[in-house]
Amino acid sequence: MKIALREIHKHYGALRANDGITMDIREGTVHGILGENGAGKSTLMKILSGYVSSTSGETLINGKPVRFTGPSHATSMGIGMLYQDPLDFPSMTVLENYLTGLTGKISLGREHHSRSLLDSAKKFGFAFDLHAPVSALTVGERQQLEILRLLALGIEVLILDEPTTGISSGQKKLLFDALKSLARQGTSILLVSHKLEDVMALCDRATVLRLGKVTGELDSPFDAEVLLKWMFGSAPPPPSCRQSRYGRERAVLKDVSASGGRAGLEGCSVSLHEGEIVGLAGLEGSGQGVFLRVAAGLSPPRSGRLSLDGQDMTRQDYHAFQKRGVTFLPTARLEEGLIPGLTITEHFAIQGPKSLMVPWTLARDAAAGGISRYRIAGTPGSPVDALSGGNQQRLLLALMPADPRLLLLEQPTRGLDLESARWVWEQLTALASLGSCIVFTSSELEEIVEYAERVLVFFDGRIVLETRTCDTSLEALGTAVAGRTDTLTGGRAA
Amino acid sequence: MDIDLSILLASVLAGAAPIVFAAVGETLSEKAGVINLSLDGSILLSAMVAFAAAYSTGSLVLGFFAGAAAGGMVAAMLGVFSIYLNISQVAVGFVLTLTARDLAYFLGNPFSRLYGPQASPRPLDVLKDIPFVGQVFFSHSLPVYASMVLVLCAWYYMYKTPMGLVLRGVGENPRASFARGIDPRRVQMLYTVLGGLFVGVAGAAFSLCTKPGWGRPQGAEGTGWIALAIVIFGGWHPVRAALGAYLFSFLQVMGIHLQDVFPSVPAQVFQVAPFPLMIFTLLLTNTTRGKAAYPSGRRPSPGARFLNALTGAPPASLGRSFRPE
Amino acid sequence: MNRLFKGAPPRAALMTLAVLLLTVLLTVAAGAPPFGALRHLILGSVGSWIKFSHVLMVWIPLALCACGLLFTFRMDLWNIGVEGQVVAGAVGATAVLRLAGGGSPPGLWVALAFLAGAAGGAFWASLAGVLKTKGNVNEIFAGLGLNFVAQAVTLWLIFGPWKRPGIASMSGTEPFEPDLWLPTLPGLRISPVGLVLAVGALVSTWWILRRTRLGLALKAIGRNRTASFLHGLSPARYTLAAMALAGGFAGIAGTFQVAGVYHRLIPAISSNYGYLALLVVMLSGFKAGPVPAIALFFACLNVGSIQLPMVLRIDSSLSGVIQGVFVLAFLFVQAWTRRKKSAVKEGHGH
Repeated sequence: MKIALREIHKHYGALRANDGITMDIREGTVHGILGENGAGKSTLMKILSGYVSSTSGETLINGKPVRFTGPSHATSMGIGMLYQDPLDFPSMTVLENYLTGLTGKISLGREHHSRSLLDSAKKFGFAFDLHAPVSALTVGERQQLEILRLLALGIEVLILDEPTTGISSGQKKLLFDALKSLARQGTSILLVSHKLEDVMALCDRATVLRLGKVTGELDSPFDAEVLLKWMFGSAPPPPSCRQSRYGRERAVLKDVSASGGRAGLEGCSVSLHEGEIVGLAGLEGSGQGVFLRVAAGLSPPRSGRLSLDGQDMTRQDYHAFQKRGVTFLPTARLEEGLIPGLTITEHFAIQGPKSLMVPWTLARDAAAGGISRYRIAGTPGSPVDALSGGNQQRLLLALMPADPRLLLLEQPTRGLDLESARWVWEQLTALASLGSCIVFTSSELEEIVEYAERVLVFFDGRIVLETRTCDTSLEALGTAVAGRTDTLTGGRAA
Repeated sequence: MDIDLSILLASVLAGAAPIVFAAVGETLSEKAGVINLSLDGSILLSAMVAFAAAYSTGSLVLGFFAGAAAGGMVAAMLGVFSIYLNISQVAVGFVLTLTARDLAYFLGNPFSRLYGPQASPRPLDVLKDIPFVGQVFFSHSLPVYASMVLVLCAWYYMYKTPMGLVLRGVGENPRASFARGIDPRRVQMLYTVLGGLFVGVAGAAFSLCTKPGWGRPQGAEGTGWIALAIVIFGGWHPVRAALGAYLFSFLQVMGIHLQDVFPSVPAQVFQVAPFPLMIFTLLLTNTTRGKAAYPSGRRPSPGARFLNALTGAPPASLGRSFRPE
Repeated sequence: MNRLFKGAPPRAALMTLAVLLLTVLLTVAAGAPPFGALRHLILGSVGSWIKFSHVLMVWIPLALCACGLLFTFRMDLWNIGVEGQVVAGAVGATAVLRLAGGGSPPGLWVALAFLAGAAGGAFWASLAGVLKTKGNVNEIFAGLGLNFVAQAVTLWLIFGPWKRPGIASMSGTEPFEPDLWLPTLPGLRISPVGLVLAVGALVSTWWILRRTRLGLALKAIGRNRTASFLHGLSPARYTLAAMALAGGFAGIAGTFQVAGVYHRLIPAISSNYGYLALLVVMLSGFKAGPVPAIALFFACLNVGSIQLPMVLRIDSSLSGVIQGVFVLAFLFVQAWTRRKKSAVKEGHGH
């Protein structure tokens, strides 16, 4: 089955997730789709698998244009997708998950289907207990089941979205062998990944996306340098090294492991100092988000110890951390950071001193002060859901306590225009010069290189690189982010 | 204490029949993800409608159909409001339970204290003569037999047929069902109404069989709430829910008998017993699941996880409406 | 056509019209003259000062319960246990009043009874609150279960330790001495103390919700629990506070029923005002402003329907049907306009 995409556009308001993508997928090949976060890979695959419809452009199957009405329509036409978050039924058994949507209306055909499931499993080296609940399976096993189910539905194109995050290396080998075998039999495989190593090992051809556009296509064997350049763009020269002005230790994490996201966090040890700005790099789900929340006291670690100013805080919750000057700013501004329906003044009022009455005058003054200082386009009486994303971020910063000792920010400039982003960093660097320790995650390496003094790169739940930004380069960071730690210039591999 | 055990057990089965209908019906509905808080009022309304229809036409069968229809219509209203108009299931269900009850009392006024048709016992010829078991299981009226058959049918349907898989899938993960070509909203509507039909039969079973006649009060008051409790207590499984219904009926029957033995212990204790039991079950399932309503973040201990496996989990999407993208 | 239906007043008028039509239909179905029920509902509630004073005696506990529920609804909690909280308050008040002996001023005992009632209701609500915060038990089922337990306790008390000398009966406990009754205005049966309590409750509820940190915190947590937690608020603590407040108000309503209306403890002491108050708050859109008026309207329906069985030979639960249908119509209209609005947004959107 030949798949062709012609001039696919997908716009979400002003955001161009896919900006005119054209590509061909040949039968019986393993085709990799590479790119950073936000490059548009997931969106493109959601369009191809029928989950989302494109704003404009055509999808052609064997030369004929098609328009899918939903994922099951696409599956009936032969295109199946393995999602990052498994779309299965955790409390039902392996066999039941396999059967749902597969069987006819009248009879379950247990015997017949059990046998075919076990047979195809054996062919790929998978093993299942048919009567175990799916919730007891590992991520890798759930993937295997889903692949077999899609094959049973007769798909000829299999799309996999970041399949190797959170699975063991043994399962990865099984998966790759299965994919190669399928390709040999004529199934087309599309592998969406940010992991350079995986794509280089498995794929026959790779398309690289950046900012919604195709930046290049290559056949195997691949040149890693070229692929990286297409993924991350060319680099500005790194800033010259500043004199380290680190104060004393503010927070220490020792051998911390935690669960969360796909990969969790494994055995991280980091110390954070007064006045330094630390950037956490890595692709989404690599563990930096979990790290931030553990450091804030929002998620308890599974093992390891966490201390603030020498005091052990491992079992305490966020409010205790807040009392010691830790502030966490989430990236989902309206979902986690602000309260929709409340005005700016009311947000300030909540933070005020614990009095019986709401200190309206105080709150209004604080709101007006915050508005003018942080140049928020709004009035004290504006409801926060009416503010633009940029202004919401300014408000979050304005709501911060005056002298945060440790400031943990999740993607502080996400969705902000250039001017707002630059302004946010002005404020943050000013805070750092006054002694605050700033730790932030970002999916843009340029931002990290420009503002952070130290960078920690996360991959699959571990810190794979810890270095001063002036000692490294954009390429080196990009390589580490994509998982290759063997060819690094400068910096130490953690 | 002079009790014939077989007669006791028979009366437990007979008394439980309406509750079994209601609990199994509600299990179907909740398994698909829709909670029907209107049970109590629904049962009263269908009891009234069933009695009125049977009294006016002289036909028991028509009475049961009418009762089922009443239950189905109330549930349909709940379904439309919550599934298609995205109004909170709890809000609509709660208002409906009060309104349906008041409607029952209002329209049923003319039928108060009348003597109408009743389902008569139909012992099954050969089986009734089996010592002990015959008395307990095979000497009942048709509705009671139907309730026992329903439990087995529901169990078979839910766990052994493709439609049952669809039902459970939608309640567990509507998004995954949607990706497999199932329309979650249509499935939810179907089982809400189906559950309502069985609730209607429960009401009819009251006014035409277990507590015949109509009045204010009828005697079925409170059963709906108890059925809701039993569904949770039974871990959203039809057989376990039925066992819960039998347990409740047993407690009720014992309450009457033990009244003579323990005159100081009030009958209300036995009537009220299911609720503390249900709260205890909910406590157990929730603390062992380790999912805190408020951030505290402690993982459940191995012992707790074992208990959790025993008690059964609610359908993951219960109470939330599915919104297609 | 759309222009015609914009805004709240036309919608309310449409709803009322629809409900009136339904009432007429139901009346005819029950075999009574079509406008007879409406006439008697109006006459029976506002037809005379005496009738209206009865309405006010219903309005008082209804408004009290509704006030308490405003707090729990602010936090998105479904405090269905309010019925049991009214009963718990009534039981507490009865316990205190039974201790009243000759000699000490009756006013003191009545005041103590109100305190005990509030405490009893607050305690009962806190049980459900703790089950929710510590055990993650849904407040609907905890409340429901506790309702039944409260009812059972009441029955046990009436037929057991507190039974009338001689024969225990459904008519309740021994009535209290008249000096323990709430005083009423001469001629009318209205209790000024009750009015003051209800008005005081409404005003203080409005004030707490609008002006105090507690009110703001409840609103914040109800809108976004995660963000509120990040801002330093503790959702668990405020849940308990809201439940206790709701229970306290319900308990005062229960005390009023005992001291001002029935003058003893009866099995149906709550008169279903707890559940009715839930409807009142739903119909007022969970805002404090419309509550007094809607509670008054519902009270009129309740009182007006009392004589229906006698004059028209139809059941008095017609009032319940009307109340329920109003709420359903309101929910429907709300959802419908919500749908219209989001359709417009999508149409004009990107």
